[in-house]
Amino acid sequence: MSELLGIYSIWLREVKRYIRERSRLVSSLITPLLWLVIFGVGLGSGLGRFGTTTSFYGYRYQIFIFPGIIGQTLLFTAIWLGISLIWDREFGFLKEILVAPISRTSIILGKAMGGATSAFLQGLLLLPFSFVVGVELTPISFLVCLPIMFLIALGLVTIGLSLAARIESLEGFNLIMSFVIMPMFFLSGALFPIDTLPQWLRIFTYLDPLTYGVDALRFILLVNAYIFPLYVDFSVLIGFTVSIILIAAREFNIKK
Amino acid sequence: MGQNGYAIETFDLTKKFGGIVAVRKLNLKIEYGEIFGLLGPNGAGKTTTISMLCTIVNPTSGTAMVNGYDIVKEPHEVRKSIGIVFQDPSIDDRLTGRENLEFHAMLYGVPKEVRERRIADVLRLVELEDRANSIMYTYSGGMRRRLEIARGLLHYPKVLFLDEPTLGLDPQTREHIWEYIEELSRREHITIVLTTHYMEEAEKLCDRVAIIDYGQIKVLNTPDSLKNSLEGDVIKIRTSNPGLLTAQLSEKVLILKSQETNGLLSITTKNGETVIPKIVEIAYNAGANVESVVLQKPTLNDVFLYYTGREIRAAEAEHHLAPMAAVRRRRIK
Repeated sequence: MSELLGIYSIWLREVKRYIRERSRLVSSLITPLLWLVIFGVGLGSGLGRFGTTTSFYGYRYQIFIFPGIIGQTLLFTAIWLGISLIWDREFGFLKEILVAPISRTSIILGKAMGGATSAFLQGLLLLPFSFVVGVELTPISFLVCLPIMFLIALGLVTIGLSLAARIESLEGFNLIMSFVIMPMFFLSGALFPIDTLPQWLRIFTYLDPLTYGVDALRFILLVNAYIFPLYVDFSVLIGFTVSIILIAAREFNIKK
Repeated sequence: MGQNGYAIETFDLTKKFGGIVAVRKLNLKIEYGEIFGLLGPNGAGKTTTISMLCTIVNPTSGTAMVNGYDIVKEPHEVRKSIGIVFQDPSIDDRLTGRENLEFHAMLYGVPKEVRERRIADVLRLVELEDRANSIMYTYSGGMRRRLEIARGLLHYPKVLFLDEPTLGLDPQTREHIWEYIEELSRREHITIVLTTHYMEEAEKLCDRVAIIDYGQIKVLNTPDSLKNSLEGDVIKIRTSNPGLLTAQLSEKVLILKSQETNGLLSITTKNGETVIPKIVEIAYNAGANVESVVLQKPTLNDVFLYYTGREIRAAEAEHHLAPMAAVRRRRIK
């Protein structure tokens, strides 16, 4: 019982901190909108000019990347929130949690759920733009989107947490941007279909957990534009999330 | 667990970091209700000791009982029994004071029914009721410290650890916090273990102090007994030629101990008043120029000097700046 209360308190703190910064909530919307409006329209019309097809599984390019851009927002927000553990350590707050009568695993669960909720809310803010882009959002597809988005965010936050458990200083940030976030984004198929890629590259996209998240979102939002059946995406996401939580908890349980 | 036995008892408590022994076979007994001071120069092992007692760091060998629970085998129970105010800030400065306290209360499983009342109680104790709903980054350093002390009390700990509770605070705030600590110990019968390098703080607050250096207890007693145990007065002489003077003096007057730091010669002797004229005469005859002579009845600082062989202020001077810089960095952000 007190473990649950502890997890809840850590979750609450994470979410409060995130929601309190209104300016960040809004400014984090700008990047995905730039991708949708400028990159989406730009590349879409550029392709048409050279006579190539502008249809991606029967959709305009801008519509095709919409689920991918949601995935991208979840990715960037969630990993940074996971890494915020380093800030907790740097500013001493982590010690307050570490001496409390609560297990390390509960701490990780609280942080992961809190970060996932925040990233999920950020992703949620993007959904209304489906109407602007031209994606048909039905009540059903909206509702099915929610757990998928949360699941994606949960796995990604925990990647950030397990990285933060290993990184000693704030200097590791650029490395994470170059070696984790950007590759995960590009390999996820957010911006292009992956089933027509050369085999060597396609293998890498299959290793990226975000690929299955983006594919699931595309399945729900666009109906026809998917590679794997939903149950495959869902199973991979669940399997990945559970494993990464176990890894992060083990990482965090090592006492010096 | 019961009040019979000790609040804290350590058994050959040892911590090594690589080849360096930070704490060496520490054996310590602290009674329930006591205010106990751990004094020592920087790197003496104070914070490492506290970290082990708080279960943040595992001992390399040996163990300790806190409130009757083993720190190695029952860390969870130990954590329930203790409160801690860390040397460095450990508060979420994006939350309000009250939110920080609520967070802490939930983390320690304080039931909802009593949470609000206890928060009001501790806020009153540290006189922060009117600022409770402000975000932490609007608080001054002293207010943060007070809130951290309030937070440490929220779950009614049996043992409260205060690691340098008044480091970097102005004199008024320090005085204030001392009053809280004394009142707490009197009213709530909480066992308090504090580390400090302010000797006046230890002298004013502590029932007993232990001076530790190189991870070992050099001496442990009440501040009064420690001062009396020096058996003598300290004469501090600023001179141009301390080496010469020491040599001359040691032949002609009773010197229990002498120590020299940067041209300041400290001599421990008896009946200091009658020794001073002799010193001046000897110095004159030897041709050593005496700039000033000060007679001091023993203070805790002298006790410290006697047992560790260095001035605590000199040893701590650079250490002092590090947390301040950290606070400053935080502000800028």
